[in-house]
Amino acid sequence: MRFEPLAIEAQPLSGALPAFQAAVAAAELRAACERAQAGGARLIALWGSDETERGAGFAAHLALAFSEGLLWLSAALDRERPRLPDLADLYPAAGRMQRAARDLLGIEIDGGDRRKWLRHGAWPADEHPLRKDFDATRRPPLEADAYPFVRVEGEGVHEIPVGPVHAGTIEPGHFRFSIVGEKILRLEERLGYKHKGIEKRFESLPLAEGARLAGRVSGDSTVAYAWAWAMALEGACGAEPPPRALVLRAILLELERIANHLGDLGYLGNDVALAFGFSQFWRLKEDLLRLNARLFGHRYLMDTVLPGGVARDLDRAGAEHLVARLAALRDEVATLRGIYDEHAGAQDRFIMTGQVPRELAARMGLTGFAGRASGLPHDLRADYPMPPWEQLEVRVAAHARGDVAARASVRFDELLESIRLIETLAGQLPRGETLAPLPPCPGGRRGVGWIEGWRGDVLIALDTADGGRAHRVHPHDPSWRNWPLLERAVMGNIVPDFPLINKSFNLSYSGQDL
Amino acid sequence: MYRILRQIAKTGIVTEPPRRTDENLRQIEQRLGDVVLRRFGRSLAIRHVDAGSCNGCELEIHAMNSPYCNPERLGIRFVASPRHADLLLVTGPVSRNMEVALRRTYDATPDPKLVVAIGDCGCSGGVFGESYASCGRVSNVIPVDVAVPGCPPDPAAILQGVLTAISARAR
Repeated sequence: MRFEPLAIEAQPLSGALPAFQAAVAAAELRAACERAQAGGARLIALWGSDETERGAGFAAHLALAFSEGLLWLSAALDRERPRLPDLADLYPAAGRMQRAARDLLGIEIDGGDRRKWLRHGAWPADEHPLRKDFDATRRPPLEADAYPFVRVEGEGVHEIPVGPVHAGTIEPGHFRFSIVGEKILRLEERLGYKHKGIEKRFESLPLAEGARLAGRVSGDSTVAYAWAWAMALEGACGAEPPPRALVLRAILLELERIANHLGDLGYLGNDVALAFGFSQFWRLKEDLLRLNARLFGHRYLMDTVLPGGVARDLDRAGAEHLVARLAALRDEVATLRGIYDEHAGAQDRFIMTGQVPRELAARMGLTGFAGRASGLPHDLRADYPMPPWEQLEVRVAAHARGDVAARASVRFDELLESIRLIETLAGQLPRGETLAPLPPCPGGRRGVGWIEGWRGDVLIALDTADGGRAHRVHPHDPSWRNWPLLERAVMGNIVPDFPLINKSFNLSYSGQDL
Repeated sequence: MYRILRQIAKTGIVTEPPRRTDENLRQIEQRLGDVVLRRFGRSLAIRHVDAGSCNGCELEIHAMNSPYCNPERLGIRFVASPRHADLLLVTGPVSRNMEVALRRTYDATPDPKLVVAIGDCGCSGGVFGESYASCGRVSNVIPVDVAVPGCPPDPAAILQGVLTAISARAR
């Protein structure tokens, strides 16, 4: 078929999602991206692969979001000297993804920022872990890790290095602040500390064991990742989960969204010295975690979504109990929202802090609830209403100001909308099975999973190999696209507001570091 | 202000010694409180280090600090620097990119010190195992006193691990 937005040939990918795959020559890749960008398509992910075992060289892959659906665009690269044109001027978020592809596969970038990204000192610059001839069990000796941060110079400018081990219970990463007095002139992030070889690990596991690993790419988004994995694998092997399982998955996904928003709203209070807010929201979150454990067997719902369906059913009494508890939660949250909204001290810290204006958000590719707080109305549940969302008419939260207050407001709105969705879903659970066995998956098949998690859209791109294994798996966290915006959001703010701004995004380190 | 006070009064104290559903947690806390009181002068300082987790164990460490559990009333608090810590709570398989940072954090913690490894990954490397990028279990990098399994272990299990570590040292 003809994929009109890019005027190229494309094939639909099987599965629940409106998705297509297409190939262009490496020399045409940049022109295709220019057309995509000019047409308003968003970059979701960029990654590379080693195709040498298939008698080819290397390949670059992009996932682009069009209104028609997701396009998986691939370009074959030279075997001896794989090179990729710099795309970061078109899609700024591509910069770090290109650098990761260079670290992991040795794909050189023509121009742009060519510093290392995921590689620290664990392997040398001329070795590439995702190449097929790289032995994953071998551990090259640790090298000294030097990284050229951008220096800000001028009278009174000094640096604050923070991390990788932070002061609180947070994931590790390094932040380099250049400041004058209390004011932040520039923040440079350095991530990759949690790189633990997830993509290589996928290639060593049978597909049947992939769900467990996918559910641990970023533990706070385990449902979103497990569903994305299930969707990708179901697409690749041509299976369809039973309708009851889809509705249960949607309930689990919204429970994950509610739990994370509750926790972060508590921490937003904590970060502005409103300890009351922390205690109240964490009481509500703990109640929900216990309810999760009771109904679904796990406080964070890990391993509840499986390829082919779900692991646990919800009986009628359970569904009624869930709806009753969520109705009580709605009242509690409404009370707390009133208190937050009227608390002068909290609002003073929230309003106009860490602002990301709409134009900047759109150009840089801000996604998820943070994007919606900056006026970008994207939400997969509404944009591509496949089952079980097709009848729900998900109300997409929106705000225009893009500051901490806007992100808090969007979280409140989404939390309440999630309660409404669960009430509706629990009332229309179709009868039938909850798990359908998957047929064996042949090699050379592709599948994609794309799910609106609480933080943003989680993507998993799967390319299968013979023998029930994966040739290449790329799990992609929305944090890839949002981390660069945090650098921009803090500019001109004071250092003590950094924890607040950071928490208002609450980005994943593990999901980005892989 | 009135609404805050009303909400506080309406909520009451949720910290739970007497919850029947959590009898296990209550007993752990009682013993933990006794040991902390005796051995650490009612002050056990914990420094958490995420050495490469999926962030799941961090969720439970946060949950441990929720008002239901509230370890501060037992004299247990989380501190911002390893130099202030009696005990390191380490999560994750140790990624090789965190190996040096973890060793330095351990070295910066004054003796005598305790290390509790949290979660299946901290115990064995878990689903990530050992590889070019992962050192696997925490004890592959620094000495560990107690390892708490679970994916992730719940707040009661984490408290139990802390209790086991300080009780063993107290003997």
